[in-house]
Parts: sequence; C-alpha cells; structure tokens
Amino acid sequence: MTVYFMCAVLLMMGLYCLVAKKNIVKKIIGIVIMDYAVNLYLITIGYKNNGVAPIIEKTTSPELLERFVDPLPQALVLTSIVIGLGTLSLMVSMVIRLYEKHGTFDMSQISKLRG
Amino acid sequence: MNPVPLYVAIPLGAAFLIPLLGMWWKKSGETLAVLSTLVLAVMAILAIGTPAMVHHMGGWTAPLGIALVSDGLTVLLLIAVNVIAFLCIIFSLKYMKVYTGLTKYYSLFMLMVAGMNGVVVSGDLFNLFVFLEVASIASYALVAFGVEADELEAGFKYMILGSVASVMILFAVGTVYAVTGTLNMADASREIATRFGGAEMNPALLLAAAFFLMGFGLKAALVPFHAWLPDAHPSAPAPISAMLSGVVIKSLGVYAMCRVMFHVFGFGTASPSSAIIANAMIGFSVLSIVVGGLLAIGQWDFKRLLAYSSIGQIGYVTLGIGVGARVLATGGTRSLAALAILGGLFHLINHAAFKSLLFLSSGAIQQATGTRDMKMLSGLRKRMPITAATTNLAALSISGVPPFSGFWSKLIIIVATIRAGLMGVAVVAIAMAFVTLAYYVKVQREILFGPVRGPAESAKEVSPLMYVPMIILAIVCVGFGLLYPVLGSRILEPARDALLNGAEYVKLVLG
Repeated sequence: MTVYFMCAVLLMMGLYCLVAKKNIVKKIIGIVIMDYAVNLYLITIGYKNNGVAPIIEKTTSPELLERFVDPLPQALVLTSIVIGLGTLSLMVSMVIRLYEKHGTFDMSQISKLRG
Repeated sequence: MNPVPLYVAIPLGAAFLIPLLGMWWKKSGETLAVLSTLVLAVMAILAIGTPAMVHHMGGWTAPLGIALVSDGLTVLLLIAVNVIAFLCIIFSLKYMKVYTGLTKYYSLFMLMVAGMNGVVVSGDLFNLFVFLEVASIASYALVAFGVEADELEAGFKYMILGSVASVMILFAVGTVYAVTGTLNMADASREIATRFGGAEMNPALLLAAAFFLMGFGLKAALVPFHAWLPDAHPSAPAPISAMLSGVVIKSLGVYAMCRVMFHVFGFGTASPSSAIIANAMIGFSVLSIVVGGLLAIGQWDFKRLLAYSSIGQIGYVTLGIGVGARVLATGGTRSLAALAILGGLFHLINHAAFKSLLFLSSGAIQQATGTRDMKMLSGLRKRMPITAATTNLAALSISGVPPFSGFWSKLIIIVATIRAGLMGVAVVAIAMAFVTLAYYVKVQREILFGPVRGPAESAKEVSPLMYVPMIILAIVCVGFGLLYPVLGSRILEPARDALLNGAEYVKLVLG
C-alpha cells in the first residue's frame, strides 16, 4: 500500500513541476516524472515478493507456479516507455523550435495566445 | 473476410508508405491519401446496417488476445471520421499548396486517421490507450505544422495538456487491470458486474472512473479541461482544424468516454456509483455549454470563435449522454435514457458535419482574403457566393434553426433533460442555444453581409477542389435535418442500442 502512495506522491510532484515552473524544459521534466510515476505504479501492480519469471515448462511445480509474477504489466510498461519516448522527442523538438523563435525558455515571455 | 482490421491497417500502411515513396515520387502524399481515405469512407458507409462483428487479432480469442469490435456505435463514429477525413484531404489538395513538407503532412494526417479508427474499433483498454496516443501525437505535430511562433506555442500547450490526459488515462487503465485482472473491456465489465452489480463500487474503481473522466474530458475539451482548445484549433491549418474540431475531440474524447463508462463501468444498470459519475458528467457539460458559449460571443477572430463554439457544442453532446446515464443509474425508464442518448449521438454526428464545414469555410475565407479578423471582413456574400452560402447553412444548422439538423438534436436533448426532471439544466441549455444563435448571427452580419470593403474587395471564389467538399458537407447538414427518419433508424438507433446494451457487447466479444 505504501508503494502506491509513493507513486501517487511522485505523480503529484510531476504535476506540481508542470504547473508551477515557468521554464518549458522543466515543464517537460514534470511530464516525464508523471509518466514514470505511472510506469512505476503499473510495475508494482505486477510485483510479487520472491517472484520468479513466468516461464512454464513441463517440469514446473505448482509451488513455483504460485510464485510467478504477472508478466502483463511489464509488457504494458515497455509499450508505455516507448510511447513516452516518442512524446518526449516531439516535445523537445518543439522546445528547440520555440527557443529559436523567442530566444528564451520562459513560458510567460513566450505566451501570446490567451487560452 | 472480416473488414474491421482494415480500418486501422489501410491508413497506417498509407502513413508509412507516403514518406517512403515520397523520396522518389513527389505526388505520393496526395495520391495515397486520397485513395486510402476514399476507400475508408466507402467502407464505412457500406458498413451501415451490417451486423456487429469481432475480429480476434492473431487468432487469440477474446480475454487473452486483443479484440477489434465493430458494433452500431463504432459504425457511427467510423462514418464521421472517415467521410470527414476524405473531404478534408480533398480540401487540403489545394489549400495546403502554400506549405512545404507536404509528404510529412499527408503522412501525419493518415497516422491521425489510423489512431482514431483504432480507438473506435478497439475492444481492449490498453490498445485503446495506444491508438489514442498515436492519434494525439500526430495531432500535436499537425497543430504545430506551420512552425511559426503561434503554431508552436499552441502545439506545445496542446501537447503538455494532452500528455497529462494520457498519463491519467494510463493510470486509470492500470487501476482497472489491478482490480479486475483483465484489460479486455467486455471481460472487465463482466467482472465488475458480477462483483459490484448495482451496489457501491470499490473505491479504486471509482478513482479509475474519475481519472478516465478527467483524461477523456481533457481530450474532449470539456470545461474546466478546455484551455488548450481555443489555441490549438485556430492555429492549425484549416483542414486540420476541421478534423480536430469535427472528429478528433469526439472519437478520442466523447466516444472513448462513453465506451469505457458504459461498457466497462456498467452505466447500463442502476447503481449509486454510476450516478455520481453521471452527475459529474452533467456538471462538466453544463459548464462547457455556458463557458464555451459566453466566451465565443466576444471573439473577433473567426477561427477562435468557432473553437469556443466547439467547447459549447461538445457540452451538448455529453449532456445528452450524461442525462441518459443518470436516468439509468437512478433507475429511471429505459426509453427516456434511450431518448437522451440518441439526442447526444445525433448532436455528435451533426456537430462533426457543421463544425468541419465551418472550419473549412474559415480556411477558404482566410485564403481568399488573407485575414480571419472579423472586423476587417465584410460583404463576402457578393465576392464568394458559394463559400458564403455554405457558411450560412452551417451557421443556421449549428445555431439550431429549424428545419436544419442542429435544431432536432438540441430539441431531443432538451426534451430528454426536462423529462428527466433536470429543469435547471434544461433552462441553461435553452438559454445557451439562443446565445449560439446570437454569435452566429454576428458571424453572418460581420463577414457575409454588409458592404464590400477592405480585404474582401480583391477576394475571389476559391477553387472547386476547395468548395466541392464544402458543398458536400452543406448537403449533409441539410440532409441530416430533413432525412432524420431514414438516418435515425439506420445509423443512430443501432448506435444507441449498442451503447445501452452492455450485456450484448459482452456476449458479442466473449462469445
């Protein structure tokens, strides 16, 4: 249970960073922290104390079967990391273009649109 | 052969072939995009009236493998997405000539279509998330396609908020998996129904539902999650604005929300937990209707006005669906819930038609006059008769003037809201319908009528490649209003029944 709370705290830290920081690079770091908090959360769902890799053989005993970890969240996290990488690279490239246009990373100086 | 996977495979294949062939063949983007969207649009229209279908990916049956499902609701969205994508591509052929890097544009466009079709046909929560990300990332890039300061800023804002939404949706998907032990929507809904059917839900599931509501609400730009939309939609090139306002916010936001709420969390049965979520949905809808409508009045940038109006109109769509869900959750009559949901879905497809038409018209006006500032435009009716006529039709339709389509869908939603006993909500909805009329009258007066002056003097009617898609959409707007009896029984009622009968969805997918 504590682990889940820690994930939630990490998620909120990322959200705080996103909302409070003016520097757009720091905002991106906030997004990445949020992303990793969720990845960590997914991993802990599948976590088991003393777990072993879930590879079934003919000789696998029922006791070992009990100790198998759930492989599905790990597959989800792999996919989510790849998606996160794609989003991150697009964000960083946009930040570079924004820097070229304005010469600053400060969102309050960049921002002209009223929302 | 089962056609369901083709809705994803065709645009995805085109998206990757376009830049590859583009190295040797300059016209690869235009040709492949027109061909593939035409095939998709024809496939979607032919799918009307076909029975519900499931495709099990790789031959693995439902709870184990990923299922692609096509039922009434899917067909409704597929028609909206693919027909509008085709018309927007035709419009792009001429409109996008002024931009460079067109192979990238068409490639991203097809990627966005693939993502939306994927979200719509997916029967698996995580698969839905993946396709949602595909469509979202493509749309972030397309909003910033002009790479000027405004476009980049709008794209960046959209991207930050979109990423927050994606994180929330992923968190909710993980929580549903932790509680039910499955990602298949039908399997998860069966599990939730057997464990909590009719009773208070597990707090973890309630949290997941709240996160889904926030995440999809952000994608659908419901107030208070709307801040990105008025920047992102006007900054994109006109065909992309038409896609974003016309179908992206609906397939990624409203559709995904409905599918998850009805077919995973079991909105179809009376329970205190679904009443909470349904009330939250109604609250967000009312806020959207009011905030979107009031902010639209003060806008002088034509595309920005349309963007705010999208927020208000999407509020009507979710209001219809939310009222239906509330009636079911509190044990009301099924026919009343069916009426409310029908109204919501009808407004969804109507809004897809007239809002994309309005955005395409704004693109035509911007290209002909070089501005979208309503203070500088005047008298376009004399210079651009076709564009003016289509804009007029769309404006009449969206502001709910009978006998155009927008009138009937708003009428159904408001009647259902009154019969559900939500008088206050209904009064707000009616009042804001008049506000919608007010700001579209402003559009007509400022842009279309009046003396010809300023940039309008040198304006000429746009090329047929641009106005033909607009005329087709205008015919659709009128047709939806007049041909409701035909349209309703063939498209809308199957969609409504698919949404209402969660048990049938489970049977369909799990066999």
